[in-house]
Amino acid sequence: MRANRTILTAVALGGLLLTGACGGSSDDTSDGAPGGRGFTPPKLSAPKSLGWTEGEVNLIAWAGYAEDGSNDPKVDWVTPFEKQTGCQVSTKVAGTSDEMVNLMKTGQYDAVSASGDASLRLIASGDAAPVNTGLVPNYRDVFPGLKMQPWNSVKKVAYGIPHGRGANLLMYRTDKVSPAPDSWKAVFDDASRHKGRVTAYDSPIYLADAALYLMKTRPDLGIKDPYALDQKQFDASVALLKKQNGNVGEYWSDYLKEISAFKSGDSVIGTSWQVIVNTAQAEKAPVKAVLPKEGATGWSDTWMVSAKAKHPNCAYKWLDWIVSPKVNAQVAEYFGEAPANAKACAETAAKNHCTVFHADDAAYWKQVHFWTTPIPQCLDGRTDVKCVPYAKWVQAWTEIKG
Amino acid sequence: MTKAAGMLHRSPRLRLALLLAAPLTWLVVAYLGSLAVLFLSGLWTTDPFTSDIVRSWTLDNFRALVTTEVYRRVALRSIGVALAVTALCVVIAFPIAFYTARVARPRWRPLLVVALLTPLWASYLVKAYAWRVMLARGGLLDWLLTPFGLDGPGYGLTATILVLTYLWLPYMILPIHAGLERVPDSLLDASADLGARTARTLRTVLLPLVLPSVAAGSVFTFSLSLGDYIAVQIVGGKTQLIGNLVYSNITLDLPLAAALGTVPVVVIVLYLLAVRRTGALSSL
Amino acid sequence: MHLSRPARVALRVGALLGFTVLYVPLLLVVVNSLNPDRSSSWPPAGFTVRWWRDAWHSAGARDALWTSVKAGLGATAIALVLGTLIAFAVARYRFFGREAISFAVVLPIALPGIITGVALNTAFRTVLEPLGIGLGLFTVVVGHATFCVVVVFNNVAARLNRLPGSYEEAAMDLGASPLRAFRDITFPLTRSALAAGGLLAFALSFDEIVVTTFTAGPGVQTLPIWIFSNMARPQQAPVVNVVAVVLVLLSVIPVYAAQRLSSDTTAGSRV
Repeated sequence: MRANRTILTAVALGGLLLTGACGGSSDDTSDGAPGGRGFTPPKLSAPKSLGWTEGEVNLIAWAGYAEDGSNDPKVDWVTPFEKQTGCQVSTKVAGTSDEMVNLMKTGQYDAVSASGDASLRLIASGDAAPVNTGLVPNYRDVFPGLKMQPWNSVKKVAYGIPHGRGANLLMYRTDKVSPAPDSWKAVFDDASRHKGRVTAYDSPIYLADAALYLMKTRPDLGIKDPYALDQKQFDASVALLKKQNGNVGEYWSDYLKEISAFKSGDSVIGTSWQVIVNTAQAEKAPVKAVLPKEGATGWSDTWMVSAKAKHPNCAYKWLDWIVSPKVNAQVAEYFGEAPANAKACAETAAKNHCTVFHADDAAYWKQVHFWTTPIPQCLDGRTDVKCVPYAKWVQAWTEIKG
Repeated sequence: MTKAAGMLHRSPRLRLALLLAAPLTWLVVAYLGSLAVLFLSGLWTTDPFTSDIVRSWTLDNFRALVTTEVYRRVALRSIGVALAVTALCVVIAFPIAFYTARVARPRWRPLLVVALLTPLWASYLVKAYAWRVMLARGGLLDWLLTPFGLDGPGYGLTATILVLTYLWLPYMILPIHAGLERVPDSLLDASADLGARTARTLRTVLLPLVLPSVAAGSVFTFSLSLGDYIAVQIVGGKTQLIGNLVYSNITLDLPLAAALGTVPVVVIVLYLLAVRRTGALSSL
Repeated sequence: MHLSRPARVALRVGALLGFTVLYVPLLLVVVNSLNPDRSSSWPPAGFTVRWWRDAWHSAGARDALWTSVKAGLGATAIALVLGTLIAFAVARYRFFGREAISFAVVLPIALPGIITGVALNTAFRTVLEPLGIGLGLFTVVVGHATFCVVVVFNNVAARLNRLPGSYEEAAMDLGASPLRAFRDITFPLTRSALAAGGLLAFALSFDEIVVTTFTAGPGVQTLPIWIFSNMARPQQAPVVNVVAVVLVLLSVIPVYAAQRLSSDTTAGSRV
């Protein structure tokens, strides 16, 4: 029996490789325009059809994205998946985008829930393969605003299935911050009013928040896209954050830390996620959050398939499962984010979930600049200058923290 | 079989080789070998976008280490923290160990040692987060200090030193306790009989005898503090230590991380070499 | 040694303060495990046993605990064998590089976990992967054993240094094979040192997080890793507090047993 299945798998995989080899020539090669992205990813191709499931699948996920009931018996969308498809799921929870990239490089995993600051890197290094969205039936119902975006596609080739999204909001203590802020100015130019109580997200990608602020307040710098900064724009953003550092109490990276700091008043103003706001309010912390008038940065996660996936068929099954209306609703509610599937809004336990998280509010998301990996080829389409790549962002972040 | 045994008996060289074959393969080949490869990779570089390692030899990473001001500052800060934690641990541990090893009734001593050991079993992370709650504004520490007109330190460098001291304190108390316990009473009595006052006995007899134990404990407190990057994230506010720099570069730029990692490694090896003179390494 | 009365009182007070400092954060963990708030706070917002009930039903925590026990036992077993072998070599023989070995043994625990972890991770991936062995529980055991060797080595070496080698020689002169001499003479005499070293090795492995992060494969979750990934979500943080309390309570048993075992024989075995 076991041998049988192995043979079948081998045959199926062989077929997959064959079709892949024949069907991968649709890429054009010269496309320097934005959206085309100034780089050419390694030539890989998506499967044309699916074969037998392999019986297991290894995932890299954010905490809360692949719950199997072991943390809370009521929160479980992995077990039904295993029952339905026969694919046993092993999940590795990653703490940061960098960790995800590194884990994907091991080749032991089949799929990953990558944020925009990781996805392009995975595509460029050839660790993530293109995804045939035709093999993911539920992709049809994903919000159009999430499809074929700069962080999940290259040159009109999709590299993943959107999972959910959120904005990086400005949260503040209503009792300590008045008047209520409506601008990021409160954490940059006016940060000294809350010296030692300002908080910020602890990641190099936070530089984009500064760039976004400068985009609106310093038009002379000519910033068009907070993820495409030439040296001058980059230096201005770094300078702004260095100045902010003097007023920062702590940088946060996990949400428990953020909630406890706002509850105790160690932090009174800073970036936050909707789910943190909700949890803090539920625990009677006097906090509110706004989407400031400059707009905000945000994250949009994408399920991607490894180029070295040993269980590609199970991985595709998982991709379809996680964006199916019911499951997408469950994940979105548990994690606290806007679901990617439009039909998920009808399936949430809390009826107003999609309203609270602005799931179908296109105008809201227009103001959100989703995390994208900065690369030397400017993402805003400029060809006369080189932009500062992410590696330099990492270095600058170290220097900002001092 | 008997022949083989006879050979073993007659040839100490052979016995030694058999004893050492497995552990040396493990330690030298596997462990030191992989360390060597890691530091060798410090001489490589990475593709800035895909962060794949490019195997071309360059000293850039080490040059950056020396010339970049922030790296130097963080390295010095980390060594300072490790020294401060070690000093604090010695000062706090000595009276406790002295009590558990020589003052408390002998019947109670094993129980006291158990009491020292149990906190080690509460997860490191849980303890660090508990301190986070204590150090918060209006937290337990503020509660205790406000009546004296003082404020808690809040999150930051001081908090980091406090929490690391707390986390590694048992590693300092236990060797000192063991060292003090081994000092025979007769030696101290002799000192007293010869007219030395308590303070003098303490200084000239007891201290030199437990110095190796203190040094042994300090190996733990010093090296564990120098390598830490988790506690400082929890209570350090915006502080970063050398461990954070290594960690934040490890996934994107392994060569730079390796180069940064040489700092704690060199410091610790030097420290171990210095401490070895006291005979501390055999009383870890 | 004669201590004046005030000195004794001062020491007693000092020790009491020390123990208080050691235990107050642990008490706070207990308090927080009964606090209805999801993110711990002071003062506690109320009282609930909900988290204890959740923890009891948490299959994740139980699986992780079991994984940790397996990893700890595996690492301890390897460390006992390797540590004892090195201890014998160093204590009973004089050879070139003897000092260097006892120095090298200390390195895995003294060097930052992140360095050890990354070095092993790279090594595993270059050596084991071509053989078709990926990262998994096995690699965690190997990683842990590497830094556990030193505690076994030190305990056993210290004991051997106090035991004259003439016992074994006498046994062998009387016709016992080296293995028999070990079984009948040396092992019984070093048993308590082995136990103390083994317990410490297990404890080190049990609370290790950094090396584990870098050596664990997909789906391998030791208790500290479980705690780490759950600490980051507010839904789970109080359950983690419960688990920590239970661990402390449970740990008293092995710790006490080891204490008894080592105080039964010669004094001065180290912990």
